[in-house]
Amino acid sequence: MAVIEVTEKTFENEVKKADKTVLVDFNAGWCGPCRMLKPVLEQLSEETGNVKFVSVDIDENDEIADEYDVTSIPCLVLVKDGVEIDRHVGFIPKDAIVDFIGDR
Amino acid sequence: MMHDIIIIGAGPAGMTAAIYGRRASKTVLMIEAKSYGGQIINTPDIENYPVAPHISGFDFAMKVFEQATALGAETVFEKAVKITPHDGIFTVTTNKADHDGKTVIIATGSENRKLGLPDEDRLVGRGVSYCATCDGAFFRSKTVAVVGGGNTALEDALYLSELAKTVYLIHRRDEFRGAEATAEQLRGRENVKFVLNSTVTALHAEKRLKSITVKNKNGDETELEVNGLFVAVGRIPENQNFAEVAELDGAGYVIAGEDCRTNTPGIFAAGDNRVKEVRQLVTAASDGAAAATEAVKYLNSNR
Repeated sequence: MAVIEVTEKTFENEVKKADKTVLVDFNAGWCGPCRMLKPVLEQLSEETGNVKFVSVDIDENDEIADEYDVTSIPCLVLVKDGVEIDRHVGFIPKDAIVDFIGDR
Repeated sequence: MMHDIIIIGAGPAGMTAAIYGRRASKTVLMIEAKSYGGQIINTPDIENYPVAPHISGFDFAMKVFEQATALGAETVFEKAVKITPHDGIFTVTTNKADHDGKTVIIATGSENRKLGLPDEDRLVGRGVSYCATCDGAFFRSKTVAVVGGGNTALEDALYLSELAKTVYLIHRRDEFRGAEATAEQLRGRENVKFVLNSTVTALHAEKRLKSITVKNKNGDETELEVNGLFVAVGRIPENQNFAEVAELDGAGYVIAGEDCRTNTPGIFAAGDNRVKEVRQLVTAASDGAAAATEAVKYLNSNR
């Protein structure tokens, strides 16, 4: 799998109605730590099957960022059955993302 | 496996040390807790580094990392917690493994000083921030407060005044350590309100920050409604784990001169975590060069 780019139009279906846990990466092109994190998430999305990886560009989709009370990026939000179950703010190395996802 | 040089921290100082170490044909291992590049990756545009009139912190970090890696430097993403000297070498213990090196360069930089208020950690990314240029965009037309009186606080307030509806500048004294020219610019901004002789004593939030309590020197408390709080009360060096092998000054910086030597032969300190006057990208890089050169000298004389 790859990381799926989602928008305000597709968020509902891709994230809230997803049939498994979703890791939502809130990011922007001007954010250095986000750009550091992106390839790590791409790599993980190829290696991990138990969660779905999606990316939200906050410049294009500020309503989603607002709905999730995101005021700093990168911000990783774990969503299960349409509900946020955990989040991490700031860059996080690969192993720590694996631990963060766990078996959720 | 024994490394000639172990570098703790792959920021500008550590990565430059790696380049110099590899060019002297020494084996180099960098141990990085987060992402290589360090705090520079938060800088949108670097304008004061020779040769590059404009480069983003991200691109700068990528290029230096690629340069060090192409020369043969290795990197592990682990958090170093201890340096143990034994039998003329050093074991660096991380959250995952032990690494042996003949020399160690501590290039851990610094981290943001927090206010130390309850709920502060929980609200990071939910209204509380330590980086105005990183997070300012979330507060367009909103009300924010900046805490601090140094250059960073003043520049943050100026930057945010361009975006936010109202900016409170909260400072515990009535004069600023930061540049008077910036303070004067702020006085000319209608949407900047000064809250002086005051400290932030509490954060109030539901899902995200809603207001803060501010206490003045007479003990009077007021509640300010804010969407964001930008904390700019300085940085603290990340040396605590290594105090047993590298003597620190009262503020926590490693005591080492321009040669980057600590009180333990074979251990060096490079970058923002060392005692020095000027903490800039270029001085971090220059420390990396000095520390690696000294490490190479040490290695060659202890063969």
